[in-house]
Amino acid sequence: MSGNTWIYIAVMAAVTYLIRMLPLTLLRKEIKNRTLRSFLYYVPYVTLTVMTFPAILTATGDIRTACAGIVCALILAWKKQSLPVVAFVSCCVVFIAQLIVGLI
Amino acid sequence: MTEKKTTNAFIQGLRDGLPIGLGYLAVAFTLGIQCVDAGMNAVEATVMSLVNVTSAGEFAGLAIIKASSSYLEMAVSQLIINLRYMLMSFALSQKADPSLGVGHRLGIAFGVTDEIFGISIGRKGRLEPAYSYGAMAVAIPGWTIGTALGVIMGDVLPGNIVSALSLALYGMFIAIVVPKAKEDKRIAISCIAAVIMSSIYTYAPVIKDILSGSRIIILTVLISLAAAVIAPVKEEET
Repeated sequence: MSGNTWIYIAVMAAVTYLIRMLPLTLLRKEIKNRTLRSFLYYVPYVTLTVMTFPAILTATGDIRTACAGIVCALILAWKKQSLPVVAFVSCCVVFIAQLIVGLI
Repeated sequence: MTEKKTTNAFIQGLRDGLPIGLGYLAVAFTLGIQCVDAGMNAVEATVMSLVNVTSAGEFAGLAIIKASSSYLEMAVSQLIINLRYMLMSFALSQKADPSLGVGHRLGIAFGVTDEIFGISIGRKGRLEPAYSYGAMAVAIPGWTIGTALGVIMGDVLPGNIVSALSLALYGMFIAIVVPKAKEDKRIAISCIAAVIMSSIYTYAPVIKDILSGSRIIILTVLISLAAAVIAPVKEEET
């Protein structure tokens, strides 16, 4: 590893805290620019999607078990289950799918 | 605010934060397993979770540490991926009493996560710092201890459990995106475009080699900007 892990952690923490802290302390007025507001509106969902796909397909080491987990997560999320429930049940489905794949 | 009311708000925060803390414990466990994979030890991983408290951000950070990318790339990735916290912080600022002191604002800011934001913003009336601190008091230890346990016990667990757990973080991301996509077609279309473009960027020959470490940042900015121009949102929606 060429970079220093502690410096990486410090950079992460500093940037993340500034993002959380600056609006609360400084920006007490509304952002007016419509394009900027729209951009900020889309960013969270787009970035989570880009992080999830296609990496999720290889996360479990077997695309078949990953797909079982994805389908389960999509259905539960569609039914508006809480974040930990979606995460946990999807893992259980992957576990079961692994057992089934192992039998075939 | 009276002392009793403050105590009540803190206890209520603890209670509402408990399920969040338990969920964090489980998800952070899988993050801990990935920390080992990125070459971190238990102390580094635990401190990282304690000072960041962000699943997506730390997860992306791990990829950068693993690839030994530059510190600048780390800073930019955190900025983009955690940009949603800026919106949340902004919304909390609107909900806070304008006379709320800087000290409390600095304190509340540390605990701005998707879930704590969710319970704080859903609460009636002005933002109460004691409530936020109560939620943080269980959620942050849950996240931090979960990470430590993942690093320490990840080796001990059987491989099939570890590979099943590796879906947890992604499951949580899906749980954030899908309900929003269901109620807003523009988000749905943006996210479908994101799936397609991200897959092309990852697998297509030639393209996959262009700034491969910056895929998340580049695609997020491109797609969100395109969406903002094509389908700008009305003021009351943001």
